[in-house]
Amino acid sequence: MRYLPKSDAERAAMLREIGVSTIDDLFAIIPEEYRLKRDLNVPRQMGESEIIEYFKAAAAKNANGYASFLGAGAYRHYRPVIIDSLVQRGEFLTSYTPYQAEITQGTLQAIFEFQTMICELTGMDIANASMYDGSTGAAEAVMMAVRVTGRDNVLVARTAHPEYREVMHTYAQFWERDGGHDAKEVAYGQDGRVDLAALEQAVTEETACVLVQSPNFFGVIEDIPAIAEIAHKKGALLIVSIAEAVSLGIVRPPAEADIVSMEAQSFGVALSYGGPYCGVIAAKEKYLRQMPGRLVGETKDTEGRRGFVLTLSTREQHIRREKATSNICTNQALVALMVTIFMTVYGKQGIRELALQNLAKAKYAADTLGDSSRVGGKVLFTETPRFHEFVLQTDEDPEQLNARLIEKKIIGGLDLRKWYPELGNATLWCATELTTKEQIDAAATVLAQAPVAAASR
Amino acid sequence: MATTKGFIGNTRKVTAHLTQNEPLSFEKSSPGKRAYKLAPLDVPEVDAVSLLGGAVRKDDPTLPELSEIEIIRHFTRLSTWNYAIDLGMYPLGSCTMKYNPRVNEFVSRLEGIAEAHPYQPESLSQGSLEIVKLLQDCLIEITGMDAITLQPAAGAHGEFTGILLARAYHESKGNPRKTVIIPDSAHGTNPATAATCGYQVVNLKSNAKGGVDVAALAQMVNEGTAAMMLTNPSTIGVFENEIHRIADVLHDKGALLYMDGANMNALVGKTRPGDFGVDVMHLNLHKTFSTPHGGGGPGSGPVACKTTLEPFLPTPVLARDGDGLLHWNYNRPQSVGRVRMLYGNFGMFVRALAYTLANGPDGLRQTTEDAVLNANYFRKKLEDLYELPYDTPSMHEVVFSDKRQAKNGVKTGDIAKRLIDYGFHPYTTSFPLIVPGALMIEPTESESREELDLFVDAMRQIAREAEENPQLVATAPHSTRISRLDETTAARKPVLRWQGPPENGVELDTAAKEW
Repeated sequence: MRYLPKSDAERAAMLREIGVSTIDDLFAIIPEEYRLKRDLNVPRQMGESEIIEYFKAAAAKNANGYASFLGAGAYRHYRPVIIDSLVQRGEFLTSYTPYQAEITQGTLQAIFEFQTMICELTGMDIANASMYDGSTGAAEAVMMAVRVTGRDNVLVARTAHPEYREVMHTYAQFWERDGGHDAKEVAYGQDGRVDLAALEQAVTEETACVLVQSPNFFGVIEDIPAIAEIAHKKGALLIVSIAEAVSLGIVRPPAEADIVSMEAQSFGVALSYGGPYCGVIAAKEKYLRQMPGRLVGETKDTEGRRGFVLTLSTREQHIRREKATSNICTNQALVALMVTIFMTVYGKQGIRELALQNLAKAKYAADTLGDSSRVGGKVLFTETPRFHEFVLQTDEDPEQLNARLIEKKIIGGLDLRKWYPELGNATLWCATELTTKEQIDAAATVLAQAPVAAASR
Repeated sequence: MATTKGFIGNTRKVTAHLTQNEPLSFEKSSPGKRAYKLAPLDVPEVDAVSLLGGAVRKDDPTLPELSEIEIIRHFTRLSTWNYAIDLGMYPLGSCTMKYNPRVNEFVSRLEGIAEAHPYQPESLSQGSLEIVKLLQDCLIEITGMDAITLQPAAGAHGEFTGILLARAYHESKGNPRKTVIIPDSAHGTNPATAATCGYQVVNLKSNAKGGVDVAALAQMVNEGTAAMMLTNPSTIGVFENEIHRIADVLHDKGALLYMDGANMNALVGKTRPGDFGVDVMHLNLHKTFSTPHGGGGPGSGPVACKTTLEPFLPTPVLARDGDGLLHWNYNRPQSVGRVRMLYGNFGMFVRALAYTLANGPDGLRQTTEDAVLNANYFRKKLEDLYELPYDTPSMHEVVFSDKRQAKNGVKTGDIAKRLIDYGFHPYTTSFPLIVPGALMIEPTESESREELDLFVDAMRQIAREAEENPQLVATAPHSTRISRLDETTAARKPVLRWQGPPENGVELDTAAKEW
């Protein structure tokens, strides 16, 4: 086996030195009846060329050469080439969690830069070294708010990503069973934002936190100052979940939030059919003690030189065991490094320019696809500010519409009926800097050719 | 190097060389530099203020402004400050730091795989789904279990999922039960997970051999016990040879056996948890299946279970239609729900499958055998100098203690730091908790005999240094860019972000409050 650096002669010599005659002597402790005496039924050993052929064949069965208008929490942005060159350096790729600070300063300094950049983007004081993703980060942020406030009633906007809400529900399950409260959802209004009146009614002195997503699942920007005021009036924390990090280049950061839970996949991370992505939790400094996950801090060595270490580990599972703030151990370090390199490449000016391009593309897409006189689509929530996603209502059934688009090698908007049946034939469209005018116009042409029978329904 | 007199070992594996200094990217930044160039806009420009109104961002974030070459150098320089598997052995016990094959990286970046959107129609995702299916089938076969979910993002997340399955299973029988039994040798994530799932943790004291005290366990298990979380082989690298009795004791009271698969690298192809009574377990693809640790993640923590627990698996689960196409099944009324959005860390599935295909059944078995061979080689070569707290046979890792060296004031952490001077990453220190001053060493299968011998030589020389020149070891490392860091101040006065250049030459008081 080509990964194993030993000859059979070396193995035999080592066995002799250990003082056993066969390798199975070293497995003698496994009771006879449980020893596997046959080959595992997995594919036979392949050569490298065969492995590549296998995956190329699999890749060919996926969408190739399609224009795509999908977003919904997983965004297609340009990924600068140097990200991959740098993260494939073995010193980053094959390094362990930096517990041994003297020989992991590279990873530690990069994480310190990451934490700083996330604070700068979100307007928070502190940020951790990453969470698994935006959905589990949101669930951990809720648990953090429950610990901070000592309350267990949670309000979640229905405009938050439906799969994030499902994950939060899973994490909250045991509260319900212990007689506490589960997360309750807050409806949205005609404008596609959290219904502030409904929220005001729902928040009580028992509310630990209000969680909203902004831009929300419909691409609409929530009124964060107003929501914060409602939450804070009753002593509840405000958690803002951000699924589209690029929005922060042009959208005001949620400075009024107590905790921000972010998904940073947009910053240079491949879609990769859903992961690995990069969650991160940022917060006001006063909540530091309840922060889950790893933190890197600056300090000095015995000779006064600056260095970085994993710190405040008394919050973490390897020290506190069942009293830890979270059970998280492995995080998304290498993906956080990709995010850090992305932010370094775009920098102060570039993040804004990039976000502005996204805004322009989405505006053109919404105007074009929502041109009801020509195309037959209608964009919802047009009176509210949006980033780069919008909900399109059509006469045509989304499944049929998307089937017609696919014939033209276009993957249309995401069918929303499963999650928001009240919106009728609604699809969620996304345009980024990679979406071209040509693609948008082509999609509009397909929409305009809706079969008359469907259009007249 | 310390000026203390006495024996100083020959660090023949390494030679000190220069590394570049590098400030924070923020400190290198100067306004107006850039490393990006967007394509020209092909649609009309927009005015952000008129589109976003009050929601527009006014102040730009303080991000670095640098050119491309500076960024390349910045991160390349940082990288040279890291130790890595690619540089040498990483003998961290319980972490399984094995070689991360490069073909894994290559195939995970193929365009049709890397660019696949998770909400692409299933008809246009069959390649991704075939990868998931084949990996699932392989992992089920390797573990001897009946069903699997790949959704959990890491080991601890897998534990969380597994214990939720146990909880849902008990609830379906009318009572979620109250406690989870965890041996005192367990990894910290185990008790943290049980607590996260709403269970009380009951600690089980290990027996004189460092294993499960089956008699004590039998006393402890009752109708309130939901599960036992067991790491097998244990964290001292010992196979629980009474595993069938452990399973029986639990099953007799209706409790489940959860196996933490952190040490699965000792078992693949030699024995299967599903065959020895495990009901539910997680795997760490970033340990056993060679996906890179990346400085702390990403991981992937699939959870495999027996048929009895299958109805409770997170949604969605993969199914094959009558027409042969794969699809996600969301109609799972008894499911615990989602533990993560989408389907899991798919990029890690690609790598783990590439690893499995590169090995095949013979390679997987040989891998396990070599891992166990290497650990036993260390044991044999070092047991005369380092205390072996348990003489039970070792599998993939060996645990010594610093008992003999501690007499001279040299602790496990010091020996570990001294290993750095010899060109090795330290082993795992002070864990498991049942061994005072533990040295937990897991070489994995990826080490040649030459590399193993260099490690043995280093450990033997350090043992001599600890006898004859203890101060040298106690103040190690001596060859790194920085020496030991002041962790106390880091925690008491946390500085968790860069705060900008010092104003008027005076450093800002970044430590807002005492911890």
